Amino acid sequence: MSRILSTGGAINEAIAIAMRTDPTVILMGEDVAGGGDRSKDGTEEMGGVLGTTRGLVGEFGMNRVRDTPIAEMGLIGTAVGAAATGLRPIAELMFMDFLGTSLDPLLNQASKLRYMFGGKVKVPLTVRTVSGAGMQAAAQHSQSLYWITTGIPGLKTVIPSNPVDAKGLLLAAIRDDDPVIFCEPKGILNQSSEVPEGDYEIPLGKANIVREGSDVSLVAFGATVRIAMKAAKALEGAGTSAEVVDLRSLSPLDDEAILTSLEKTGRMVIIDESTPRCSIARDIAAVCVDKGFDFLQAPVKCVTAPHTPVPFSAVLEQAFLPSAQDVLDAVGQMG
Amino acid sequence: MGFTGPELAEIYRRMRTIRSFEEKLHELVSAGKIGGFMHLYAGQEAIAVGVCAQLAEADIVGSTHRGHGHCVAKGVDVKAMMAELFGRSTGTNRGKGGSMHIADIDKGMLGANGIVGGGIPLVTGAALTAQVLGRENVAVSFFGDGATNQGQFHESLTMAANWELPVVYVCENNGFGEFTPTEFVVPVKDIADRASSYGMRAVIADGMDFFDVYEKAGEAIALARKGEGPTLLECKTYRFYGHYVGDQTPYRNKEEAEEWIQNRDPLDIFETKASEAGVVEPDEFRRIDGEVAALLNEAVEEAEAAPLPSIAEVLTDVYVRYEG
Repeated sequence: MSRILSTGGAINEAIAIAMRTDPTVILMGEDVAGGGDRSKDGTEEMGGVLGTTRGLVGEFGMNRVRDTPIAEMGLIGTAVGAAATGLRPIAELMFMDFLGTSLDPLLNQASKLRYMFGGKVKVPLTVRTVSGAGMQAAAQHSQSLYWITTGIPGLKTVIPSNPVDAKGLLLAAIRDDDPVIFCEPKGILNQSSEVPEGDYEIPLGKANIVREGSDVSLVAFGATVRIAMKAAKALEGAGTSAEVVDLRSLSPLDDEAILTSLEKTGRMVIIDESTPRCSIARDIAAVCVDKGFDFLQAPVKCVTAPHTPVPFSAVLEQAFLPSAQDVLDAVGQMG
Repeated sequence: MGFTGPELAEIYRRMRTIRSFEEKLHELVSAGKIGGFMHLYAGQEAIAVGVCAQLAEADIVGSTHRGHGHCVAKGVDVKAMMAELFGRSTGTNRGKGGSMHIADIDKGMLGANGIVGGGIPLVTGAALTAQVLGRENVAVSFFGDGATNQGQFHESLTMAANWELPVVYVCENNGFGEFTPTEFVVPVKDIADRASSYGMRAVIADGMDFFDVYEKAGEAIALARKGEGPTLLECKTYRFYGHYVGDQTPYRNKEEAEEWIQNRDPLDIFETKASEAGVVEPDEFRRIDGEVAALLNEAVEEAEAAPLPSIAEVLTDVYVRYEG
């Protein structure tokens, strides 16, 4: 059975399933209950700034669904310590931009404890965080900083592109024994589709070929998958067959799927909504050149945001974000 | 006093083991036999031993860059620690951590920590685990005066106080944050004053006196175990060596240092008080000194002879599982 759910709804359902099936799973973060568990006095909880976790405190109570102070370093660090000592915490970092106020526990603790301790501890932590632009949230609430977490050995980074994947990837992330950064791109949070009921996982580290094609590979992830699909349809009308690869995970990265697609098409466009320097797009371009040079029939193209902060005004924000037209232009330049 | 002779002897053995371990390391690092950064705990022994004597094995402690003393006090194997410092595969961390990361989770030692203040939220998280799962364990976070200026201290104590977590925060105020005197950078007279902004109990102990630390830590730990929330325990102490091995301490007032080292040595204070109790034979302390010295010589010999990690170890233990 399936029914229509938004990405946010699918995430909520995944958390509820994880908490029902494992008593060591807890949820903590700013406003994740949000005034909840006072139902007797008639108040209702917010369930997070975007309402994603609404209802969970009612089912699981305040021992397992905890509002924290607005103290990202403390809440993430506490979650790391809890993960190392027997819990399986889901910590919410409200916006990925707040990596700035929370980084040490991820950079120097969660990612390194297992290695530094010679393999004698595990840190089964999931950090859920809303990433990306598209809500006119401006420069400090719109960044796609998954390139930072992907660059840190010891962390995994996952980014779904639709509600079905969001549910399955989040369940896999929560049950994974390593620390996972789970990005929730703004561009897909309100997107809805049929989502299967029940408990299912989508494996981390495996890309998904969402559209088969033979002339050009469009590698995308998160909110850019929809852009790639739109471009692929337009290309089809012009007689070009595009394959769309949804990475699903940035770390581990499914090199094999990328190179297999490149071998098939000979042309590679990577679509990434983050800024270009040190980006996932350029990282994958390097993989293509390093390991797939002989497959390339044209230069690799990266479609990214410009090297700027994210602007506020809707027209500027749209200009900042990669578009299907940008993808078409990139394909056009390849000859 | 309430201690038997054998109990006092065991406490002395722990303190002497820490002191001799650090003296041995000073020798080894100065001679170039051990690499890396090395921060010695000598002078602060009464705190680690006094607090840990109140803990069970399943209770969690988290430590700092100056962490050897907490490891010994929590029962981590001294020979495995020495092997770790020599970078051997038989080390506590299989040679992958070194001085600033010694850990032994089976002994409730959640790790030294190279980031000042970095261990505080981790220990807070260990207390959260105990609370969520309804365990009776407590967690103890050791840190220095310098760490109390970090945001991680403030954020962690805020959360622990809100949630009444079973945790004790032990600040070892040794008068210096690296080379800078504490009063240059801490705007309150006592670190304990900071607890009032969290509505948290605070107690000050003489960090050179095992018995004072033991008693005050015991009260704080008992309250935490009963579900009555966290305490900030400030222990006034002094760092006998500098910040790290090689620090010549030009910034230190010589008379002040001399006073602490000659007249306030926690091992001397303990021996005097323990002797007054009349339950330890006078030659028992010297016998323990000899046994500890022999143990450390053995530890060094065994560490030097132990195998190095295989080169393949560079790649292991990054993840439990990582498949692209």
